[in-house]
Amino acid sequence: MDTRERPLSPHLQVYKPQLTSTLSIMHRMTGVALAVGTLLLVWWLVAASLGGEAFTTIQTIIGSWFGRLLLFGWSFALFYHLCNGIRHLFWDMGKGLDLPSAYRSGWIVIVAAIVLTVSSWVCGYHSMGAL
Amino acid sequence: MSLRTDLGKVRGLGSAKEGVAHWWAQRLTAIALVPLMLWLVINIAHLAGADVKAVQAWIANPVTSVLLILMIIAVFHHMQLGLQVVIEDYVHTEWLKVASIIVVKFAAIALAAISLFAILKIAFAG
Repeated sequence: MDTRERPLSPHLQVYKPQLTSTLSIMHRMTGVALAVGTLLLVWWLVAASLGGEAFTTIQTIIGSWFGRLLLFGWSFALFYHLCNGIRHLFWDMGKGLDLPSAYRSGWIVIVAAIVLTVSSWVCGYHSMGAL
Repeated sequence: MSLRTDLGKVRGLGSAKEGVAHWWAQRLTAIALVPLMLWLVINIAHLAGADVKAVQAWIANPVTSVLLILMIIAVFHHMQLGLQVVIEDYVHTEWLKVASIIVVKFAAIALAAISLFAILKIAFAG
């Protein structure tokens, strides 16, 4: 069968980015980022079990400006994935699938992720005595 | 010997022949991870700047150890389920797709084992 002349569905690029589609791909991207981030979690646990120099090393790396930037990115990815994951669980129950609800829950997820990220960093700097 | 008919066995399992097992496991681990990750972030924020003794004391606490173990199992199970779907969606070369999924599954189990060992070592051996 000749498959060359078949009509193709348009590629994603022809669509104007929308909140719903942007949040959808962000869920996947933050998920992949968090998978990479688990390496840091494992490293941190192993370093804590070894103590001494191993722990000092990871503390220095995380404490550097680049380490903090990575951790900040990962904390936002975590909260975004967590909040949007809850949104998905509601969809799985058949709730909030209509367009106005999907947009409303989308904005709630964005605001909640930002608030949770900032709060946890305020909490972190507070326990360090920096605030 | 099963008394179920062939039709009875296959009904509801769909084209992937696994039913909703993958989908359901992803949801179960997601539900478990909501409180576990919030708990973890709150505690890590409190540990910011803490020395190794304080971190070890926190991990060695029995409640912390058990919650960390549950968190690690849920995280790596959820992670490999999610990455499998991403690979299945974007990798179209059959051998590469299968190889990537195997690498992800083995890595998830290895990382979970390493984490659990580290937690238990701190909990039991200090």
